[in-house]
Amino acid sequence: MNLHSLTAHALLDLFKSGKASVKEAYEACFNRVKAVDPKVKAYVHMASRQPDYVGEFQIPIAIKDNLCTKGEEITCASRILKGFRPPYDAGVIEKIKKSGGAILGIVNMDEFAFGSSCETSCYGPTFNPWNLKCVPGGSSGGSAASVAADEAVWALGSDTGGSIRQPASFCGIVGLKPTYGRVSRYGLIAFASSLDQIGPLTKDVRDCALLMNIISGYDERDSTSVNEPVPDYTKALVNDVRGLKIGIPKEAFAEGLAPEVRCSVEDALNLLKKLGAVIKEVSLPHTPYAVAAYYIVATAEASSNLARFDGVRYGLRVVPNKVRKNALVDMYEETRAKGFGDEAKRRIMLGTYALSSGYYDAYYLRGQKVRTLIKNDLDEVFKDCDVIMTPTSPTVAFKVGEKVSDPLSMYLSDIYTIPANLAGIPAISFPCGLSQSGLPIGLQLMGKAFDEEMLLRVSYTYEQNTEWHLKKPNL
Amino acid sequence: MPISKEDVKYIAALARIDMPEDKLEGFTKTLGDIVQYVEQLQKLDVDNVKPTSHAVPVGNVLRPDVVKPSLINQEALVFKVPLIIE
Repeated sequence: MNLHSLTAHALLDLFKSGKASVKEAYEACFNRVKAVDPKVKAYVHMASRQPDYVGEFQIPIAIKDNLCTKGEEITCASRILKGFRPPYDAGVIEKIKKSGGAILGIVNMDEFAFGSSCETSCYGPTFNPWNLKCVPGGSSGGSAASVAADEAVWALGSDTGGSIRQPASFCGIVGLKPTYGRVSRYGLIAFASSLDQIGPLTKDVRDCALLMNIISGYDERDSTSVNEPVPDYTKALVNDVRGLKIGIPKEAFAEGLAPEVRCSVEDALNLLKKLGAVIKEVSLPHTPYAVAAYYIVATAEASSNLARFDGVRYGLRVVPNKVRKNALVDMYEETRAKGFGDEAKRRIMLGTYALSSGYYDAYYLRGQKVRTLIKNDLDEVFKDCDVIMTPTSPTVAFKVGEKVSDPLSMYLSDIYTIPANLAGIPAISFPCGLSQSGLPIGLQLMGKAFDEEMLLRVSYTYEQNTEWHLKKPNL
Repeated sequence: MPISKEDVKYIAALARIDMPEDKLEGFTKTLGDIVQYVEQLQKLDVDNVKPTSHAVPVGNVLRPDVVKPSLINQEALVFKVPLIIE
């Protein structure tokens, strides 16, 4: 039996019946990393200490490189944070440790989560376990690839515009972006504070519910976390969608959608219909503007959040050898020029531009107003729908290098995932097919705020009636 | 071009990023493409729309000012600031 290839709930059953030990599971994953990570390159580094082997959920887990973990080097895959060892644990890391979670290591991402392919990392790209010539998606590409390659049982990622769901889709696993405020962002190195959420990447929907049980809940150290009771998400795992209303936005099936992705999503739709769900065509007229609004709002927030990386307090510091402007400004400018990669610079500059004098109203304020229109569209549809269904991404995983020189085409791969972040609502991606080239296709469901249970119920029902979640890449 | 090289130099200085001449052309092109793409937002009528800065509306979040366990000085003060006054 290959312990590393099992789900968390299967492992927990084995632990309970004494058929396997936690230590065996941890070592199995560790050996799997040694065997396949030279090809996949999901990990940035392995944990500096062994787990304690105490607690109820001692599951080997991979952690995205932007979640503060005491004693580990955490860099957001950026040269500017090289050598940064947070002196404290993020809220979710505390919860993982308290539950018994066995941290295997820190996994790769796009630099500061700026990207959809994991290629902007200062450590170099991670590769898709299904096809090593393809990207794993991003920004949580290391999280998704490690789980898909059985190098971790489950993983934590963060999602600002699709950074959990798109890589989950590209790697054929389950990824959930919770409602904004459901999970504490304390200790998550910020990209865009009004959009970021931490969430699980797992091998199936039951594991997703289990990990949500562990990480959800109010944290007074994150003033935007919401003090709402946390349900037992495993209770939502009901194999029944009879009478549930699924909205299909007509805008989601416009040009740009790959035919085989469309085909798989339509198959899924027909299956859910057969299982008793009511399918309703709906309209989200402003979603075609979501990418544009997002890249204003998100980069504006990022430019402000990343101002703290100035060479004084964290990581890299470049001390110029001659004075150009003045010693302090030179130090800032040269540290940031050397510390940030091109995509980070581009986004910081775009955000700076959108916030600068004379452009604030035309860009930033307008972006926030369009955000309102998109949120209103979704609110309107949810008056008469339980979930909204779309593809997760318009295409399957693309080739490494294919989109690096054209940032705009990279941004457009987030077209289906961005609206949920702008509206703060939960959304899940789960596997619903394989392309002719053998790459996974993902299906996205969006739900009402704090109704993760509905997403879990519908995706669980789909999973119970299909076998896509059981497919594994050959490595 | 929606953005000029001079614009990029100006924005880079605002963002405190040193921008050498040989990088200027590339950033002017890619930033120009993106700015041109977001121009589509100008088509929408947003006159009577309120901006959303946060999806979940929250007011001031306050807590009682009481001492709790926190980092000790040696843990928190692990960096040295550079000499900036000549």
